[in-house]
Amino acid sequence: MDDRLTFKDRYRSRILLGVFASVFFFIFGTVSLLFADDWDKSNEDKWNAAFMETVARGEKLFHGPELGGNTVQCAMCHPNATNTHPETYPKFQKQIGKVSTLREMINWCIQNPLQGKPLAYDDPKMIALEAYIMYERRNSVLAPGKH
Amino acid sequence: MEEGKLSRKDFLRRTGGLLAASIVPMSLVEIACGGRGKGTHEKFTFAFISDPHLTHIKGTNFVRNFDNGLNKAIETVNLMFPRPDFVVFGGDLAQLGKREELDHGMELLSKLKVPVKFVIGEHDYYLDMGNYWQDKISKLNYSFDHKGVHFVVLNSILTYDNWIKRWKTPEERMNEMARLDNPNGSPFMVGDDQIAWLKKDLEDIKSGTPLVVLSHSPLYKIYKPWNFWTDDAEQIQSVLSKFDNVTVFHGHVHQVLYNQIKNISFYALMSTAWPWPYPESYTQSPHYIPKMTVFMNRQDPFHERDGTGWAFVNMDNAREEMHYKLWENKDRIVKYDESAGHPVDSTYQKPETRILPQTHY
Repeated sequence: MDDRLTFKDRYRSRILLGVFASVFFFIFGTVSLLFADDWDKSNEDKWNAAFMETVARGEKLFHGPELGGNTVQCAMCHPNATNTHPETYPKFQKQIGKVSTLREMINWCIQNPLQGKPLAYDDPKMIALEAYIMYERRNSVLAPGKH
Repeated sequence: MEEGKLSRKDFLRRTGGLLAASIVPMSLVEIACGGRGKGTHEKFTFAFISDPHLTHIKGTNFVRNFDNGLNKAIETVNLMFPRPDFVVFGGDLAQLGKREELDHGMELLSKLKVPVKFVIGEHDYYLDMGNYWQDKISKLNYSFDHKGVHFVVLNSILTYDNWIKRWKTPEERMNEMARLDNPNGSPFMVGDDQIAWLKKDLEDIKSGTPLVVLSHSPLYKIYKPWNFWTDDAEQIQSVLSKFDNVTVFHGHVHQVLYNQIKNISFYALMSTAWPWPYPESYTQSPHYIPKMTVFMNRQDPFHERDGTGWAFVNMDNAREEMHYKLWENKDRIVKYDESAGHPVDSTYQKPETRILPQTHY
């Protein structure tokens, strides 16, 4: 008996801690289920729809006159975004004179053949153009550099 | 003319043409079938200018780069000695068929010191269905004889009535047709009326006569999604089948391209405006690019004239020898090979002899 009381007295605080911990983990577990990573197929569809909307915006810009100042359109030289080779960037661009990104090259085309004003690199139009170009070149082998 | 047997006069004629033309995007065609050919025609030259796509911006402003391409071609033809007998214009003078564009194009072309034979392109046609072109510029299909060669001009960019009726305004119809990669596009055709006309036109022409057909689109099927395609091509090929040698020169594709189907050799002429990639670079749908074609090298689009070019064609014994001259690029000679029975690139035909950039452009 003495031993048991001693045991209870000695470990009271740890038993309480154990009980609290169990309750805490039970509550935390329940709450975290509510806010858990809720990935499933419907989310993937939603995100892909958002991506494809951006691609469609890019396709429209790519086939319209609004990027430039002279009615010339990207697609005139690049049907289906061919000859854009996003999979080869970054690479040395002769006309820019340094190793450049796809966005820098998009702006070069807007400023020169299209005689327009360059876009900010985070401009939604720039992102849409990039999305369209990448989508049309899907399944190309990633191959940065000039070759 | 046979190689190694150039007379002084012929040498001057050829080098004169080459020197003058080596800096501009146009094509000089020399026909010299007299020697051992079946015809009795004289030697002569004609030049070929195609696809300037002059684009109206506003008021009197036009896209500078495209104007420059056409102007350089015109200046070179005028500098040629001897002067070519005529110029063939291969179509797509305008970008959106506007009167401003066609008038501007005719004003530029009026500087040419030789007559012009016109072929209509889809960019000249679909705003008003060719009315202004017919009134002010040329008939849509016709034929003529020149020094023993029979030339036929076809309007190969017609399409189906259902597609034409689908659009609300002429501008909408023109814009839809002008977009190369349009999923709502409609394939080109020559049409039954014109095929009947062609049959009649060729009725009394002897099968040994060199026949040159001028069209805007290629008269064979390459890639439907971009309209490198003529729907009734087989019918036209069969009408031409009675001739020993037929050559089709066409524009539209803005690239080096050649093919041989039975008795017909096909050669594409370069654009003065901009080059196009080959359909195989778009991997999402199949294409029928002729296996014999060795691709042109796509340069960095750094220079205004990048990828555009000109060609010099020597026709001997009613067979062609096409000299492609490309900006900042290696010359290419494509010549009919009797043993192979089709045109062959004299340097780059074998895959192991190709220069590296020809697979990446």
